[in-house]
Amino acid sequence: MSVQIWTFVFIFLTFGLYIGIAIKSRARSTSEFYVAGSGVPPLANGMATAADWMSAASFISMAGLISFLGRDGTFYLMGWTGGYVLLALLLAPYLRKFGKFTVPDFIGDRYYSKTARLIAVFCAITISFVYVCGQMQGAGIVFSRFLEVDITTGVVIGMAIVFFYAVMGGMKGITYTQVAQYCVLIFAFMVPAIFISILMTGVPIPQIGFGSELTEGFGGGYLLDRLDGMSEELGFATYTEGQRSTQDVFFITAALMFGTAGLPHVIIRFFTVPNVRDARRSAGYALIFIAILYTTAPAVAAFAKTNLINTVNNVEYTSVPEWFTKWEATNLISFNDKNNDGRIQYLGDPEANELEVNRDIMVLANPEIAGLPNWVVALVAAGALAAALSTAAGLLLVISTAVAHDLMKRSFLPAISERQELLYARIAIFIAVIIAGYVGINPPAYVAQVVAYAFGLAAASFFPAIVLGIFNKRMNKQGAITGMLAGFLFTASYIIYFKTLNPSLDNADGWLLGISPEGIGTLGTIVNLASSYIVSRFTPEPPREVQEIVENIRLPGEATER
Amino acid sequence: MSDNNAQSYWKSNIKIVLALLSVWFFISFGCGILFVDTLDNIRFGGFKLGFWIAQQGSIFVFVALIYIYIYFMDKLDAKYNLETTRLEKSPEGYSLEEDKK
Repeated sequence: MSVQIWTFVFIFLTFGLYIGIAIKSRARSTSEFYVAGSGVPPLANGMATAADWMSAASFISMAGLISFLGRDGTFYLMGWTGGYVLLALLLAPYLRKFGKFTVPDFIGDRYYSKTARLIAVFCAITISFVYVCGQMQGAGIVFSRFLEVDITTGVVIGMAIVFFYAVMGGMKGITYTQVAQYCVLIFAFMVPAIFISILMTGVPIPQIGFGSELTEGFGGGYLLDRLDGMSEELGFATYTEGQRSTQDVFFITAALMFGTAGLPHVIIRFFTVPNVRDARRSAGYALIFIAILYTTAPAVAAFAKTNLINTVNNVEYTSVPEWFTKWEATNLISFNDKNNDGRIQYLGDPEANELEVNRDIMVLANPEIAGLPNWVVALVAAGALAAALSTAAGLLLVISTAVAHDLMKRSFLPAISERQELLYARIAIFIAVIIAGYVGINPPAYVAQVVAYAFGLAAASFFPAIVLGIFNKRMNKQGAITGMLAGFLFTASYIIYFKTLNPSLDNADGWLLGISPEGIGTLGTIVNLASSYIVSRFTPEPPREVQEIVENIRLPGEATER
Repeated sequence: MSDNNAQSYWKSNIKIVLALLSVWFFISFGCGILFVDTLDNIRFGGFKLGFWIAQQGSIFVFVALIYIYIYFMDKLDAKYNLETTRLEKSPEGYSLEEDKK
């Protein structure tokens, strides 16, 4: 069977599965719609969190990014996993004890202020919306490349599926589809990785193959030494050495960690488990499930880079493998014979280099480059879609709860009944899907870049406000509001300044303290913390009942009488 | 639970969190970023140690840290007889208004 037929089969089967789950888990109350009735077992919540978290970017782009960044790729690896330690130790158990529906709920109640709640709503919607557009785009790209339908059709199919299960099941439907999507995406990521590891090193575990010797067919020697050697020979940076400045890597890693712990769609997953113990456990499960992909990705990056250089460098253009021609058609790889010798020279020097490679190809075309069977190639498409759709659904739910619950019920229309609130939530998802789909089809140039900055914004706004709300009883509304505004505005203006107003200065010399816009969220976090703290010292302490809430969330449950 | 008990529970909780976060910082920012070049002088198998920590080892440590946290918090909860299974009710029944009463 051809790749295309296999792709159809996989997509048909997986989508059928998602719809089946959605029909089974219809939400009947706002509690089920927002937090799945808080009845999700920790193992299932761990899987759902992992799928929620790992987006199209983790699945499609990350390994490719690492393969071009070399050791510096660590800021994605550590940043996007280390944040879970913060989430598990500083946020998840306490927010579960607090026991509400949304992040603005916590901010609004803890800081006894409608203004604080509205700022939180604004931040949650901005962050989630920016993020969801990238997912829709990712889904569109997968459809168009594997099924050869146009991007618009691809996005519309993706929208219809997400809409169907998000509107019907709310958090309940989303949770159980995400469990299924996790299984699909991890299988789709691991199968090609294991195949390639066996092929290149004879070791079936990619994490170990990463540090093993290549088989005779690939020239022997340790994989990483060989990759370093080839990179130097062709004029690229040494793979296992860093290129970016230490402080920039430091700040980017920290921004991604704080951002991970401050992303509303991840935080609300911990509202869905029955109790505090389960919140701690599901954070543990979530990180294990995420770590399976995240420890494999750097191995895939190294395998793919080595394989790519071996297969195409100095090869005659007329005798390139079939996959090369196929991906050339999508512009993900392009060859320009500058010295007219009919051979492909893949070199570090931009003047002489004849091959442009898009980073996404490292995952999408990896199975083909390694000559794996057609069904493995098709599996990657189903996995990428599972990653994009599961994240999109989680984000859409945040937008809908922010609108229906925080904006309508808790701020402007407190009199509405539960039925009406549920209706508003469904309408909000509907509108959000349409807008996200529209942006997915007509991506403004900056959307893809902005996705990465969602982390900086989450780091600079939510993360400090929530942590202070739990760990500093004296923190009051004046402090928190000043902090969130200062952090968010500082980070947003730094990014906008370098990315749209003054892109010519966007380099290490132009940056403040050598920190790139990707890493500025860390400084934003510090700005937030410092201004919250200072302002709170000069303004009245929070009312006694708010201090009692803080005391209450610090204890996991009631003491039993024995 | 008495106020005294609640306070000493919270103090022990903070101690556990701080201890684990220092390991978190040391491994990720310390070994993975600040001292990575020094650690690269040590090799095992096909890996340089610093590179391995930056790209793989740190992630294994993160997982371990969360499980160590779960273990110590379970012990702490048991010591103070905090029964966490009693939070089963769904969130509707629990709001700011009720706390005030």
